[in-house]
Amino acid sequence: MTDLDPPDTSTGHAAITPRALQVREPAPTDLASRERIFSIEDVTISYSGKAAVRDIAFPIYKNEITALIGPSGCGKTTLLRALNRMNDLIPTAKVEGKVFYHDIDLYDSAVDPVQVRKRIGMVFQKPNPFPKSIYDNIAFGPRVLGMKGDMDSIVESALRKGALWDEVKDRLKTNAFGMSGGQQQRLCIARALAIEPDVILMDEPCSALDPISTGRIEDLMDELRADYSIVIVTHNMQQAARVSDMTAFFTVELGQDDSRTGRVVEYDATEKIFTSPSDPRTEAYVTGKVG
Amino acid sequence: MATNTQQIGSGSTGSRLRGQAFKIVLWLCITASVVLLCLLLVETLRDGIPGLTGTLFANFPSFNPAKAGLQSALMGTLWLMAVVIVFIVPVGVGTAIYLEEYADRNRWWNRLIEVNIQNLAAVPSIVYGILGLAFLVRGPASLGRTVLAGGLTLGLLVLPVVIITGREAIRAVPPSIREGSMALGATQWQTIWKQVLPASIPGMATGVILAISRAIGETAPLILVGAATFVAFNPSGLDSAFTALPLQIFNWLSQPQDEFKTLAAAGIIVLLVMLAGMNGIAVWLRNRYEQKW
Repeated sequence: MTDLDPPDTSTGHAAITPRALQVREPAPTDLASRERIFSIEDVTISYSGKAAVRDIAFPIYKNEITALIGPSGCGKTTLLRALNRMNDLIPTAKVEGKVFYHDIDLYDSAVDPVQVRKRIGMVFQKPNPFPKSIYDNIAFGPRVLGMKGDMDSIVESALRKGALWDEVKDRLKTNAFGMSGGQQQRLCIARALAIEPDVILMDEPCSALDPISTGRIEDLMDELRADYSIVIVTHNMQQAARVSDMTAFFTVELGQDDSRTGRVVEYDATEKIFTSPSDPRTEAYVTGKVG
Repeated sequence: MATNTQQIGSGSTGSRLRGQAFKIVLWLCITASVVLLCLLLVETLRDGIPGLTGTLFANFPSFNPAKAGLQSALMGTLWLMAVVIVFIVPVGVGTAIYLEEYADRNRWWNRLIEVNIQNLAAVPSIVYGILGLAFLVRGPASLGRTVLAGGLTLGLLVLPVVIITGREAIRAVPPSIREGSMALGATQWQTIWKQVLPASIPGMATGVILAISRAIGETAPLILVGAATFVAFNPSGLDSAFTALPLQIFNWLSQPQDEFKTLAAAGIIVLLVMLAGMNGIAVWLRNRYEQKW
């Protein structure tokens, strides 16, 4: 019982009540009818031959926020980085299995990782603005991709989507390093939105931020859900419970040779994971007994 | 307070004395080097200032000390440095980029290149002179005793410095910047060209300037590649014969008349001013544009 296929509707999932977490439109309870954006099929990712995550298989749905939770070292980030081929930058990393984005196999030899990253953006754990002006941070992506249109309006629109426009509209030409940590992270989100992606991957985007900045980013994610699909890795369980629709719980399995391999224990609607998980390990983790 | 001191213990007097003694020894070391440097500077200035006249810059070498100047040497040095810059900037920066961004360190040839560059930085300059003579002046390149051959020889000499400082500058750009750029759909080349290089330019420029300030004072390799010591004309191009400031100084010092000693000291002052100016620019660049990550 390590990973779950997408539960079919006949086995009780139809009975899930609309999620009571904050004011949220209930997602269709009929999982089969929801459009998949990713299908992760039997994925094993290894570094220098040592598996970091093994046999991962679950779908990720469109216009939803999917949270990956679990203890440190369980491979959440590794899996996240496999979704836009950022693992390609690590020479020792190897991905086995299939990751479908819509119906494209991302690891097909004909797929150019640069094209993948144009569609699937990423926000990192630590805000990483470029040492340039706020304007140039946003404009960098559209410029290298050769996007057509008026750059000023592209920048404005991205900053508005990133809920940053009102704070920075008078200092677009100042260096991004002068912003607060929370503003820098929203700049990084706006920068990712500027290239009009389909999906945004977020790797613990709030771990370096204070609670107020965290709240703003969570509000922002909630707004972005209408137009984007978001996959978020988080250590903050309240955050996963607050923002996400679906949650995958990872755990670490210790191998005989002290190797640590991440597995998915349970993947389900967030409310179910946090209120009535089917695996005792998930329950122990989400109730704070371990981890 | 007194009781506290007693409880903690005052430590042994011996170890405190040793600490003091060590500090004094270090202080003496730095004093010795600074005093020596000051003495040299004062001596040179006292000898050379009378020689810093318009004639010095306006005239060419002459057997008459009253008419002798270093214009051809100064121009020769400027020409050489121009060749050095044009040579080392693209080659040095390119090598640094390759080694930092593309080279796979698991491949033995890349490690070999790295070790070689480290070692080349320590090779005596006269060896580069021999190399220049054998491969550039004569041999395969057959450039003759020209500005180009001299400049390339000096360029080879300082290339390792440029590569090493260039690599350090590239390495100082955090990986998160590369990831951020790649995650926006930029290619590796776009990431290097538009993010990594601009962020590392101050460090690279500092390296280039320091390399030039080493090249400008080199004498031995230029003697070997056949720079003349008595050239009564300015270089007219890359294929021209040339002399350079250190050579001119060397030449004047070997003359019997005392007046030439004054000229030599004046030449040293000119060289020192150029050096100090370049080092000043390097320091300014570093302070002005250094990126705090």
